[in-house]
Amino acid sequence: MILTNQHQASGIHDSFIELNKAITLKKLIATQSIRIENLDVYIENQHILRDINLTIPEKSITCIIGPSGCGKSTFLKTLNRMHDESPEVKISGKVFVDDENIYGSHVNVIDTRKKMGLLAQRPCPLPMSIFENVAYGPRIHGIKKRKAVNQTVIQYLQYVGLWDEVRDRVRTSATRLSIGQQQRLCLARGLAIEPEYILGDEATSALDPLSTKKIEELFVKLKEKYTIILVTHTLRQAKRIADHIIFMYLGKIIEAGPTEEFFNNPKKQLTREYLSGSFS
Amino acid sequence: MRRLRAVKDKTVRYFMLGIAIFTILLLIVIGLSLFFKALPIMKEKNLWVLLTSADWKPFKGDFGFLPFILSTFYVSFIAIIIALPFSILTSIYLNSYASKNVRRFFEPVVDLLSGIPPVIYGVWGTLTIVPLIADKIAPGFVEFSTGYTVLAGGVVLAVMIIPLLISIMLEVFRSIPKEMTDASLAMGATKWQTVKKVILRRSVSGIIAATVLALSRAFGETMAVLMVCGNIAQIPHSIFDACYPLPALIANNYGEMLSMPSYESALMFSAFLLFIIVVLFNGLSRFTLNQIERRYQF
Repeated sequence: MILTNQHQASGIHDSFIELNKAITLKKLIATQSIRIENLDVYIENQHILRDINLTIPEKSITCIIGPSGCGKSTFLKTLNRMHDESPEVKISGKVFVDDENIYGSHVNVIDTRKKMGLLAQRPCPLPMSIFENVAYGPRIHGIKKRKAVNQTVIQYLQYVGLWDEVRDRVRTSATRLSIGQQQRLCLARGLAIEPEYILGDEATSALDPLSTKKIEELFVKLKEKYTIILVTHTLRQAKRIADHIIFMYLGKIIEAGPTEEFFNNPKKQLTREYLSGSFS
Repeated sequence: MRRLRAVKDKTVRYFMLGIAIFTILLLIVIGLSLFFKALPIMKEKNLWVLLTSADWKPFKGDFGFLPFILSTFYVSFIAIIIALPFSILTSIYLNSYASKNVRRFFEPVVDLLSGIPPVIYGVWGTLTIVPLIADKIAPGFVEFSTGYTVLAGGVVLAVMIIPLLISIMLEVFRSIPKEMTDASLAMGATKWQTVKKVILRRSVSGIIAATVLALSRAFGETMAVLMVCGNIAQIPHSIFDACYPLPALIANNYGEMLSMPSYESALMFSAFLLFIIVVLFNGLSRFTLNQIERRYQF
């Protein structure tokens, strides 16, 4: 948007330089990805997340693993500020997304959430048609032109491989799709807001193996363009698709590192026990 | 021992079936007894005339129910038109915006409001709404009004059904899974966008059902309406005219008319009419609800 404005204002040459500047700037920022400093989360005076310090590498898949109740989902929710909806949650610390602290005072929560595409545990289509589900995001962010909306919807339905399955019934209710299709629809819906990050909260735990496989393949395809952070229950899934693993236990990060290193050569005793199945 | 348990299980089952059938029978029995009591007047007069005539002179033998039927509908619809926006907005606020403490304060108050006896609403209406209409509102529109009007009935009735509507709608909104609103919020929708496009859309059938229930209640409400709507057997031409709904007609005259068999039968006819209106209305709305749900299976 800004670029085209400048293009009109000054000459082509100037705008070209601006464009280059913008691209390098964007790259610089993008390499920062997500950085978390001294994050603590309390829910009704219970200390859920303890002193999290972390950098999440960009354009890759980071899987967060750990036993139930260790704070994985709570952590994920701090990234798109969904805790804002629950007044009983208190958060301290800093979360830098693209070098900006999203808990800073001047930050607009809507801008933050627009950067994060969320894929929930159970697919949850909105009470509208398949088409409108995908069109929902672009529309709430102000895209009104029918042609642009149509194009976006088709593009993302194709991207998740749903278009051919639903093209003759995009105007029917989304709840009539199978649960695996619904989850792909939710992914398309999340992508349609054009996020930079994708957050998945056990996004395949409700799906059958075949649908799980499809979603996993999509994640692998998506990591070329997006930074993906997944909470997962299954170690095998983490092994299959993750580039980096974060292991959490009782609200703390126990160990984090590249997948291969993590599984083949865990450094902490607790990690070894978890991987060997001593507790879950 | 095992047999005894099986016998007990069966006994309980059939006992409860019996009770359930009894409840349904009650409805049929009430309907039938009203029908037979109303039969004389229906035989004496043409049914069409009874329903469409506006002449109400019981002592001359003229029984036209149109004024009462229209009054019932007018008062109820005014009530629902006033009550719906109030209760939808209130329940949205309580459900999506209010803090826990506000909710904790409001919800018992709403329940309390629906527990206040109708006669108190009636007295309150007579003391405040009626003079307000007579002195302040009506003079702006018509030359003279006593204040005992269709509007007064509608307002008092609205105040009475608002708590009912709010508590049903809160239930409807609460049945929406949190994941759904979260999904919308997580995409960067504002609260208001989420309310408009997800919560309200998902609740359409629930809101319709609540409206129907409130309307049925409004059709039958007697005491409070009777106290403020003037009770003159005429077709009201504006909301500043007096009116005379069916329940008020029955309550005011039953007991006085025992000397005149046709009058008694006429009152029974009006009771039967009210019964049919409510039953038909409920049936019709159930049918439309089914249609809506089938078409938009959300």
